[in-house]
Amino acid sequence: MSFLLTCPHCGVREVADFAFGGEVSVRPRETPTFRELSRYNYFRRNVAGVQREWWYHRSGCRTWFQAERDTRTNVVLRVGLPGELGAELGVGP
Amino acid sequence: MREIFRSGRMWRRRGDLRDSYDVVIVGGGAHGLATAYYLGQLGVKKVAVLEKGYIGSGAAGRNTTILRSNYKTPEGARFYDASIHMYERLSQELEFNLLFSQCGHLTLAHTDRAMFVMANRAEVNRLHGIDSKLVDTAQVKRLCPPLNVSPDATYPVMGALYHPPGGIIRHDAVVWGYARGADRLGVEIHPYTEVTGFERSGSRITGVRTNRGTVRVGQVVNATAGWSSLLGEMAGVELPITTHILQACVTEPVKPLLDVVIVSSQMHVYISQSDRGEFVMGSEIEPWTTYRMQGTLNFLQDLTRHTLELFPQLEHARLLRSWAGLCDLSPDYSPILGRTEVENFHLSAGWGTYGFKAAPIVGRTLADLVHTGKTPELIAPFALERFYEDQLVSELAAAAVSH
Ligand SMILES: Cc1cc2nc3c(=O)[nH]c(=O)nc-3n(C[C@H](O)[C@H](O)[C@H](O)COP(=O)(O)OP(=O)(O)OC[C@H]3O[C@@H](n4cnc5c(N)ncnc54)[C@H](O)[C@@H]3O)c2cc1C
Ligand SMILES: [Zn+2]
Repeated sequence: MSFLLTCPHCGVREVADFAFGGEVSVRPRETPTFRELSRYNYFRRNVAGVQREWWYHRSGCRTWFQAERDTRTNVVLRVGLPGELGAELGVGP
Repeated sequence: MREIFRSGRMWRRRGDLRDSYDVVIVGGGAHGLATAYYLGQLGVKKVAVLEKGYIGSGAAGRNTTILRSNYKTPEGARFYDASIHMYERLSQELEFNLLFSQCGHLTLAHTDRAMFVMANRAEVNRLHGIDSKLVDTAQVKRLCPPLNVSPDATYPVMGALYHPPGGIIRHDAVVWGYARGADRLGVEIHPYTEVTGFERSGSRITGVRTNRGTVRVGQVVNATAGWSSLLGEMAGVELPITTHILQACVTEPVKPLLDVVIVSSQMHVYISQSDRGEFVMGSEIEPWTTYRMQGTLNFLQDLTRHTLELFPQLEHARLLRSWAGLCDLSPDYSPILGRTEVENFHLSAGWGTYGFKAAPIVGRTLADLVHTGKTPELIAPFALERFYEDQLVSELAAAAVSH
């Protein structure tokens, strides 16, 4: 088994239903330096713990949404449409 | 000769940590131990390898042991070729049989496009003196009689990139050989010693915090592969890495059938037969990041389906084990080697699914860097700085699935 993910629209599905969009990162300012832009493009926190990340429901409603998942256990703590999860990482249910 | 019959420890039992070391290597996988060994050869004293689990508990003990050098970029081809040549002499040097068999490596092409890309790769390889050529379906069949090359397969075989010096090795033996060699040269090996943080003063690391106390340190090498980002964060060095699982499995031993390594990128599978008779099979990484080394059922289903297309004879073979290991993926499928913005914190990372073959050359070049303070020419193209400058060394075409 891999793990389950809850689509905000369709409910609980197996992870193979979804495409992974990577960790949510902070956009650089409007006119970034070349270095800032490269940092945004390539560098990642790759945290061992709760990670806010993008998912796309490829085999379902075709919506992009966000999840908070613990990368040490693959337990998904929260999901929401963009903007719904707030600015801070939640500590989970 | 008599050695073989004498039982004894491969390396000394770990003692207490000393107060200070000239070099601390974090990670007791193939890269950390090789670096320690070559540092020992250079006469560097007071070197310690700190490993949070047992020696070889990471990807070093979980990989599918494919060694090859037919990479696409000139920088990559040159670098991996140097490593294969070191592997060819390594059993002699370490006085330990690593069971390296250069049985040949076939990357199958199932489309015109793949044939074109492989023809291009063969040219780049030959320019660097690497034995690599395009072969047609009939030649593939001659090199690998049991392979199903029938035109009514889902993805018929159109030809292959053939790399005669490629092959397989015994991964545990490489780990133990380097560990024993390093130990004999005076390196301290500390299993079950987890690095939990660094002490910094200005742009240097001065101390290494562990679950067994803090030690002062001259230089640090981060050789933690899948865990590189975490050590980087402790040191204050950001990395362009994501961590994913890669899975593999073996069948029960069957009679000798396959004496060449078969890779199919299109079918996401690579296959070899070990000296014990087990078919060793692997696939590609899972797309999502994780630090949890647990496999998936999808992997087994897809992999067995594709393997049976290529080798229908295995229909009744049973799977013995499957497992997962962590892979540190870099954006351009090339490694990240050498210096960082922290003066005395050096790096071997970005190994994705293909780092085992590089252990000897990584060990030698990083040892040189630590010893002389100068970046060896062979690894200069792989500096971390290239990502800030957007100067990638893209091995996407040659490394994404085929280890
Ligand atoms: C299933 C699979 C198949 C593969 N197949 C191939 C292949 O066919 N050919 C190939 O060339 N490559 C292959 N690879 C990739 C290759 O195994 C790795 O790139 C390579 O082993 C990484 O270098 P290493 O051996 O030094 O890493 P590892 O063995 O992972 O060593 C890193 C060590 O660091 C330790 N560590 C982590 N954090 C800490 C800490 N805080 N303190 C102390 N220690 C720590 C870990 O416990 C680990 O032992 C494969 C990988 C996998 C998972
Ligand atoms: Zn949905």
